[in-house]
Amino acid sequence: MALLSKKDTSLILDPLADNNPITIQVLGICSALAITAELKASIVMAVSVMFVLGMGNVVISLMRNIIPSKIRIIVQLVVVAALVIMVDQVLKAFAYELSKTLSVFVGLIITNCIIMGRFEAFALANGPWRSFLDGIGNAAGYGLILVVIGFFRELLGSGTLLGFKVLGDPIEKTGLYSIGYENNGFMLLSPMALIVVGLIIWVQRSRNKALIEEN
Amino acid sequence: MSLKSNLHNLKERYKGKKMAPAFNAIHTFLYAPNETTHSGSHVRVVDDLKRTMNTVIMALVPVLLFGIFNAGYQHYAAVDAANGIIRQASIFGNFLTWENFIMGAWTVLPLVIVSYAVGLAVEFLFAVIKGHEVEEGYLVTGMLVPLIVPIDTPLWMLAVAVVFGVVIGKEVFGGTGMNILNPALTIRAFLFFAYPTWMSGDKVWVHQAVDLAGGPDAISGETVLGYLAQGKGAEMSYSISDMFFGFIPGSVGETSTILILLGGLFLIFSKIASWRIMVSAVAGALVMGLIFNGVVDAGWITETSKFYGLMSFAFWQHLIVGGLAFGIVYMATDPVTGAQTNRGKWFYGFFIGFISVLIRVFNPAYPEGVFLAILLMNVFAPTIDHYVIRGNIKRRMKRAKNATILPKDSEGKTQELKAETV
Repeated sequence: MALLSKKDTSLILDPLADNNPITIQVLGICSALAITAELKASIVMAVSVMFVLGMGNVVISLMRNIIPSKIRIIVQLVVVAALVIMVDQVLKAFAYELSKTLSVFVGLIITNCIIMGRFEAFALANGPWRSFLDGIGNAAGYGLILVVIGFFRELLGSGTLLGFKVLGDPIEKTGLYSIGYENNGFMLLSPMALIVVGLIIWVQRSRNKALIEEN
Repeated sequence: MSLKSNLHNLKERYKGKKMAPAFNAIHTFLYAPNETTHSGSHVRVVDDLKRTMNTVIMALVPVLLFGIFNAGYQHYAAVDAANGIIRQASIFGNFLTWENFIMGAWTVLPLVIVSYAVGLAVEFLFAVIKGHEVEEGYLVTGMLVPLIVPIDTPLWMLAVAVVFGVVIGKEVFGGTGMNILNPALTIRAFLFFAYPTWMSGDKVWVHQAVDLAGGPDAISGETVLGYLAQGKGAEMSYSISDMFFGFIPGSVGETSTILILLGGLFLIFSKIASWRIMVSAVAGALVMGLIFNGVVDAGWITETSKFYGLMSFAFWQHLIVGGLAFGIVYMATDPVTGAQTNRGKWFYGFFIGFISVLIRVFNPAYPEGVFLAILLMNVFAPTIDHYVIRGNIKRRMKRAKNATILPKDSEGKTQELKAETV
């Protein structure tokens, strides 16, 4: 028996493109705009959300038969909050600078609609293994977009990637800067992140005609 | 065979081909199309989009020419000032000279060429991809863009901004006539947020000031608003007439209020632009200016405040410095992005003037707010129209309800019905 059945594979692969949480369901936009000015922050955010969503889905899935449906939202919040605090503490202990960059947005993972959405839509109705795969898949889809946005914003906005000056030094005028290139400050502002998300949605929809709605 | 009939023949031959829209664009640019309608009755007029656009461009030509002379004049005036010679502007003495024209043309025309080449390339590309005809929407935008940027804007930045403005500001909404934001101002806003060092300060308004900065020949030219924002109004050597005629540093086309005024009158009399928007925008700016002057007169703001310089600036002088006049005449009156209803135009224009002066005074980074105010009101224009139309419907419903409808006289029923309707 293969490790992943065909259905399980689609749980992971679908959210990467055709059912992407950001570009198709338009969830989790807030953090996608706020923390993507640097690639590193995007990657850390993506990994954090992957941990929270993967583990959270498993926990909720295990408890799905004993959670009274009237208070399920509160139970979900407690689970997410516990996981987010773990992420936050780990970041503060091992990557203090980065946790300062992400500041309040680590805590705000709790309010990320993708997480509550997957709990409600998937984990409450499926077994733990499949819930885990669904969580990882959706978080990967979210992370993929975050990394793409972070890549372009850092490259065009600061001229660096993960902190390395790939385009040359803007002060000493080396590399591209020697011929008059300048960083695009607009890229570092959140509105431009929204436009980048819009462009990704545009490209994706024009490549995949099935996603275009009739109006 | 004339060029016109040649083009008509070529059009037939390329019909249905992929490149047809690009080819037809050149054709419709030069001549009125030769298509005839086949059904119904039509009124044939020639004031199409193309003529509207061309009228606006005609109104812009004097401003462009003045901008060319002024670019040269400001450069030589700054060089003189650096050597301790104070220049007194005189139109025939030292303004309309070949020296100024050559220097100005050498710096301004590349901006015009890049703006048109890049913008039209994007338009043609989208027309070919989407298979629709090229619209003339970019003709005015392409002329406005070089007039609202600082003289030394690097050409590649302008090109990037034009691509952004045309694609994000216009094409994603469906092209000419569908855009929410004025494309020229979108381009200006992109430049302002992306490359702020090239858009503000005392070095960008005079040709070569950036290149010479820090050297022995350093020159600079601060705008009037720049002086005031720094509280250095007293050091400024520009008179009121300098400001009105435009012998001051600033974006290429925005300085000469008198030529903008003439262009505005031309647009009003040719019925291209809305006089309601222009008048109400001027009123809005004056009201805000008066409020600020009142605040200063009441003593609520002292000379130590960083807003004192701009707040104490005489209210009517706001109209003749910076880009306010240019924005009101050529940008706020854009028929696509502005309010459509007559009553809405009053509100729309008023808030443009009002908010322009407000931002101008309170924006710490950059003492100018016309483009932000117009973009903001562009976004609100549909809302304004919505409420104007709703109000109109309400009023007419009320009128219909209260109206007395007299029925036709018939046997004995008249009295009865009259009693009912009262």
